[in-house]
Amino acid sequence: MTALLLNRDLLRRALPAITLAVLLVAIFIKQPLAMSQFGLTLMLQYAVPIALATLAQMFVIAVNDLDLSIGSFVGLTTCIAGLYLPTEPLLGALLLLLCIAAYVAMGALIHLRNLPSIVVTLGMSFVWLGIAVLLLPTPGGKAPEWLHGLMNLKVPGVPFPIIAAIVIAAVVQIGLMHSSYGVVLRGTGGNPKAVARAGWSLLKTKMVMFGLAGSFGVLSGLSLIGLTSAADAHIADRYTLYSIAGVILGGGEFIGGRVSPVGAVLGAITLALAASFLIFLRISPDWQIGAQGAILIIVLALRAAITRGSAR
Amino acid sequence: MFKKTLIGATAICLALASANAMADTKDKKIALSNNYAGNSWRQAMLKSWDKVTKQAVADGVVAAADPFTTSENQVTEQAAQIQNLILQGYNAIVVNAASPDALNGVIKQACDAGIVVVSFDGIVTEPCAWRVAVDFKAMGKSEIEYLKENMKDGGNLLEIRGLAGVSVDDAIHSGIEEGVKENSQFKIVGSVHGDWAQDVAQKAVAGILPSLPEVKAVVTQGGDGYGAAQAFKAAGRPTPLIIMGNREDELKWWKEQKDANGYRTMSVSIAPGVSTLAFWVAQMILDGQQVPKDLTVPFLRIDQDNLEKSLETTEKGGVANTEYSLEDAKKVVAGAK
Repeated sequence: MTALLLNRDLLRRALPAITLAVLLVAIFIKQPLAMSQFGLTLMLQYAVPIALATLAQMFVIAVNDLDLSIGSFVGLTTCIAGLYLPTEPLLGALLLLLCIAAYVAMGALIHLRNLPSIVVTLGMSFVWLGIAVLLLPTPGGKAPEWLHGLMNLKVPGVPFPIIAAIVIAAVVQIGLMHSSYGVVLRGTGGNPKAVARAGWSLLKTKMVMFGLAGSFGVLSGLSLIGLTSAADAHIADRYTLYSIAGVILGGGEFIGGRVSPVGAVLGAITLALAASFLIFLRISPDWQIGAQGAILIIVLALRAAITRGSAR
Repeated sequence: MFKKTLIGATAICLALASANAMADTKDKKIALSNNYAGNSWRQAMLKSWDKVTKQAVADGVVAAADPFTTSENQVTEQAAQIQNLILQGYNAIVVNAASPDALNGVIKQACDAGIVVVSFDGIVTEPCAWRVAVDFKAMGKSEIEYLKENMKDGGNLLEIRGLAGVSVDDAIHSGIEEGVKENSQFKIVGSVHGDWAQDVAQKAVAGILPSLPEVKAVVTQGGDGYGAAQAFKAAGRPTPLIIMGNREDELKWWKEQKDANGYRTMSVSIAPGVSTLAFWVAQMILDGQQVPKDLTVPFLRIDQDNLEKSLETTEKGGVANTEYSLEDAKKVVAGAK
């Protein structure tokens, strides 16, 4: 009995990885050209900024909030990076730090005033977009050389996006899941009363989590402009939904504290690959969004089935 | 003399090239990456692509010419789409881009993979790609040039502009402005934004008319001529010469006026069939021909004598269109050299 229970738990944890593996096999069968370093690099490149945005979303979901502004925030950071980093690196870095500070303040505001995060972040999404459009009314700007070089790094043998994904996932997994302060941070979402009673400041932990979300949002923007080499205020509008879907696909849940960094990265990669797969299948664009949603629902249904099985 | 020889030589080269064009690209695949399909212009563009490329595939000119449209007008989505097209082994990608700059990264990757990239309408700035661009400024200037020939005495002009803050509006406007500067017999007495929509234009013109002296002609950007005519009629003022923009309702109104009182004007805009021009340019490049990186799309102009014919072929509620042939593409390329 316990063996079965363990198995089901293991299965639930492995689900994101299994989903990704199935998708990869399907892609390789459909498009053998994809099974090369060049092919994998191409397909996975844009998964890196999505994975970073997904992790940003995961920090917010971990404290039982939801961030509807991450997409336009990433768009804003690309505009700042594209406009200032190549010519005035100091000013650019300062502005990016300000962005992170704004995220910290947003976390504090949500906690102190006990506001619904959905409303605050939805409002802020328009603010980010507005600033981005003011800074860069028409697409333009230029990626700093070092960023462009980093994102297009060629490592012999292994596609760079895979290395990046592993490093990112490992850092966050260790920091959030295997450190003592990580437990407190997750506890803020899972059991705030217990954390508060133990003497930890909830305000501080929320500010830390939102600060982390802002930092990963900035990283996502930087990696994105490193790939595109030019900025656009609307470049990442879809990231908001992608990031939420990625967290959930990767095993996270909307009940605070239950998140998985490795899963979130896998979820983000799955979403990016799902889009590629649908294009390879030549599914009409009108159906693609629906088909992407269907993949999401199938995975969630599988998870629900496994969880229900283990509860019995 | 030398120039003539050169033109002759070019013509011979082109003729030779076209003779083996069929042979050289018959196993090549071309893809269309389109970022948006949500208005009549884009729908007409896709239809033209379909019509011309299906014929080309049937004739064995190319192996495939598949259109791909992203579901939302998003840079990241189109970038991913182009990456997948690279992987699918297309030899050329024809792009109507969501952003002139933000796709440069992936366009460069396509070039590095040996793929020919031809952008049109929504062009990209990456130097390795070809651009089939619209010279909107020249289009604006051509309106004043028409007036210069047909209205010797000059007079007051009303300008209807497009959507504020869009680069196309700026470009057409600057062309008109330049034309007026060179021809001092014309004077712009009023300017409104019609947003390329008949109803908006009608309201805007109706609002400014009472404050204007006699208006001899109206210069427009397309999609606004019919609304302007209605506003003049409602205000009880004589109908000026209104430049049209190839929309079906504009052409129909013009035809009615022409039949009733010999009304004269012209109509100019960009044909959605420009996608087919880009297709042929890509085919020519794959064929190994020398094609300059920057090409300019000819305008589709309708005059007094070909109005009826254009109106016949224009769909109700649509835009006058034309599909381009390989010959047209060659002319455009030769013109750019």
